[in-house]
Amino acid sequence: MTAPHESSPATTADDPVALSPTGVAGETPGPPGELGGSDPGLPLPADLPAPEALVEKMLQAYPSKVARRRRQHLKANDPESPPPIQANSRTVPGIITQRGCCYAGCKGVVLGPVPDIVHLVHGPVGCSYYSWLTRRNQNRPAEGIANYGAYCFTTDLTEEEIIFGGEKKLAAAIREAYELFHPRAIAVFSTCPVGLIGDDVHAVARAMRKELDVNVFGFSCEGYKGVSQSAGHHIANNGLFTHVVGTEEPEGPYTGHPFRINVLGEYNIGGDAFVIDDLLERCGIELVATFSGNTNYGELAQAHTADLNVVMCHRSINYMAEMMEEKYGIPWLKINFLGAEATAKSLRRIAHFFGDADLIARVEAVIAQETAMIAAEREEIRSRCEGKLVMLYVGGSRAHHYQQLFADIGMPAVSAGYEFAHRDDYEGREVIGSIRVDADTRNIEELTVEPDPVRHQPRRTSQELAALHAKGLTTHDYDGMMRDMASGALIIDDISHHELQTLIEAYSPALVCSGIKDKYVVEKMGVPCKQLHNYDYGGPYAGFSGALTFYREIDRMLDLQVYRYVRPPWVDEPLDVPG
Amino acid sequence: MRKVAIYGKGGIGKSTTTQNTVAGLSEMGKKVMVVGCDPKADSTRLLLGGLAQRSVLDTLRSDGEDVELEDVRSAGFADTMCVESGGPEPGVGCAGRGIITSINLLEQLGAYDESENLDYVFYDVLGDVVCGGFAMPIREGKAKEVYIVASGEMMAMYAANNICKGIRKFADSGGVRLGGIICNSRNVDNEYELIEHFAKRLGTQMIYFVPRDNNVQRAEIKRKTVIEWDPACGQADHYRNLANAIDGNDMFVVPAPIHTDELEGLLLEHGVLG
Repeated sequence: MTAPHESSPATTADDPVALSPTGVAGETPGPPGELGGSDPGLPLPADLPAPEALVEKMLQAYPSKVARRRRQHLKANDPESPPPIQANSRTVPGIITQRGCCYAGCKGVVLGPVPDIVHLVHGPVGCSYYSWLTRRNQNRPAEGIANYGAYCFTTDLTEEEIIFGGEKKLAAAIREAYELFHPRAIAVFSTCPVGLIGDDVHAVARAMRKELDVNVFGFSCEGYKGVSQSAGHHIANNGLFTHVVGTEEPEGPYTGHPFRINVLGEYNIGGDAFVIDDLLERCGIELVATFSGNTNYGELAQAHTADLNVVMCHRSINYMAEMMEEKYGIPWLKINFLGAEATAKSLRRIAHFFGDADLIARVEAVIAQETAMIAAEREEIRSRCEGKLVMLYVGGSRAHHYQQLFADIGMPAVSAGYEFAHRDDYEGREVIGSIRVDADTRNIEELTVEPDPVRHQPRRTSQELAALHAKGLTTHDYDGMMRDMASGALIIDDISHHELQTLIEAYSPALVCSGIKDKYVVEKMGVPCKQLHNYDYGGPYAGFSGALTFYREIDRMLDLQVYRYVRPPWVDEPLDVPG
Repeated sequence: MRKVAIYGKGGIGKSTTTQNTVAGLSEMGKKVMVVGCDPKADSTRLLLGGLAQRSVLDTLRSDGEDVELEDVRSAGFADTMCVESGGPEPGVGCAGRGIITSINLLEQLGAYDESENLDYVFYDVLGDVVCGGFAMPIREGKAKEVYIVASGEMMAMYAANNICKGIRKFADSGGVRLGGIICNSRNVDNEYELIEHFAKRLGTQMIYFVPRDNNVQRAEIKRKTVIEWDPACGQADHYRNLANAIDGNDMFVVPAPIHTDELEGLLLEHGVLG
């Protein structure tokens, strides 16, 4: 990335993208320690088994070669100096993993939530049907914005197309979808067989774009690519950036709101984005687009007009933040709206980035109001939950973000890990340069982005960014999960069921956070399991009101005695498993 | 019923050799079915006197599930039964998958049933064993014996060696065996000795040496096998001899593919420098 230009951007009332903030960064120092830096995780009890011994215990069951590989993924934490951890590498065959596929990451996670794009799956009908509406991303489309979420679009590839090629059927499906709905855009997602038979989805998309005069774009996100869904996130970022962002300019004279941001990596699971949208509005911050929960095509197409990108899920969307900074000069700031304290800090970070005294005052007022609303109940719940241990193995950011929610009610994370994150999500972005680029990673296209000759307008000069940095507001940065966790906590990348079981036995946690693939493994051991992919059909958990909902849910789960009363039959008598 | 697959490098003369041999077998009174496993669908042209009207996959595509055996099978020279698997245009789709579909369909339609009274089925397979689909004829016992068409040219032998690797792979599960190498001569120096030696190194035999003869080209232009076009010519007898050799063959082996260095050594020993 290049540093923003030294000179201040020209500020004219009719310039749509170069509006300067009303205040200059550095004028209004924030409360020390509340804007940046890491929050050391809650301390762990002294009587826990030593993490090194647990690592050995987990590895015992593996053949030596597997043990050697897995050892690199199991690290005892040191928040001062995060140990290097192996991540984003192939899962060892035979290990029961939590991971999803490239197609799931591209279609299911990043693009899928956008309501007014027709998401057309080029593949067998099952790939379409079983990825339809499964992530619970919600939408409240504004008037005039279509929502195709209730439809499942597929080319329904059959044996005939596998043999003779599916390009004609794809073109016909695009035509049909266009004639039926006249959508703003049609996105085509490639499933595994499409890559095997070599259908050129991009050529078909180009031809149909020309024929129909509507934005049609394809993704080569075949499920087998990469080592997890992470590859699909990257491919989705590339496609959105190339084909959508910056393709529309605001209509008519641009009045210019002083505080315009995009929220990146918020997918509105269980309605989280509704809470965030509301908070931002009350603070007087204008939301241009969310990537990609509760947003729409037009917002994404104009996202390049925002003055700041705030990043929730670093793993799935950091590529977009980087590319938008490079091409348009928009800085990005890591934030987290999960947890009351984390939300307050995130709002302050945004306010102090703009440095406007009125904005800061409004944000403080909102924080005070919201905090007061939840304080009494939070304290009451905290009195019951404090000191109870939680383990989180989920996502590429969630295992980090949710620790802040648990910290609100005094619950330390004794162990955590991601399914599909990379080393920077554990250790912080400064390790990016030293990450070994393996063949699986090289297989995923890395776009070369140049500053836009007309629209590249650095929103902050390098001096302004340095001043922000001095206040703890480091843009273009993420410290990773390890710095926010206690010393000696066990970090497990791409956990297996065997490791999970060993750790539950060793730590006897009060709660495990994970996904559906592990939920019942955990619950059969008598420990409640909160799903952090689909929220067990609950939520929203973001912001202050969402945090309160989450505290209540956790309080309820910890109090639930049912698992302790169940004595499954196989405890007394081995199951008769037919050989 | 003997189930035979013919493999070999692209352009080596598999289809020509197969059809001429089949003509010889038919002349002997054997009932033979030829299944062309090449998307170009030209494996039965000489027996049919032109390209087959409809391939299995085309028929499946246009008629859906209501396909009868007679829709995809045509009678050719000397009562041979001719089937073309067919497949996509070049550069599109998956021809390998097409072959799998096609052979499965033929089985379901009863093309191999006892009632058909077949003595032989011949699979004429495109090029090398490039992917799983092209290995279909030697998987799961679809074909029990393989003959590889080769010449004394380096790349033809290289391909033959690779095909042996494919046969080895399926020898246990499918029970397929190598019946021999058919040398389709290109007039390479010392070709007879070279291929004979090569075959021996693979653990098999050179089952026949077919000399190069322009009568083959003349018959091809007339869309006929040599036996049909000029039954009295010497080349027709060569194909009759090959048919006899296959009919009487009792040497079926799991081949032992050789290392590339060894293959090159053979050429140095017997080939152009020999």
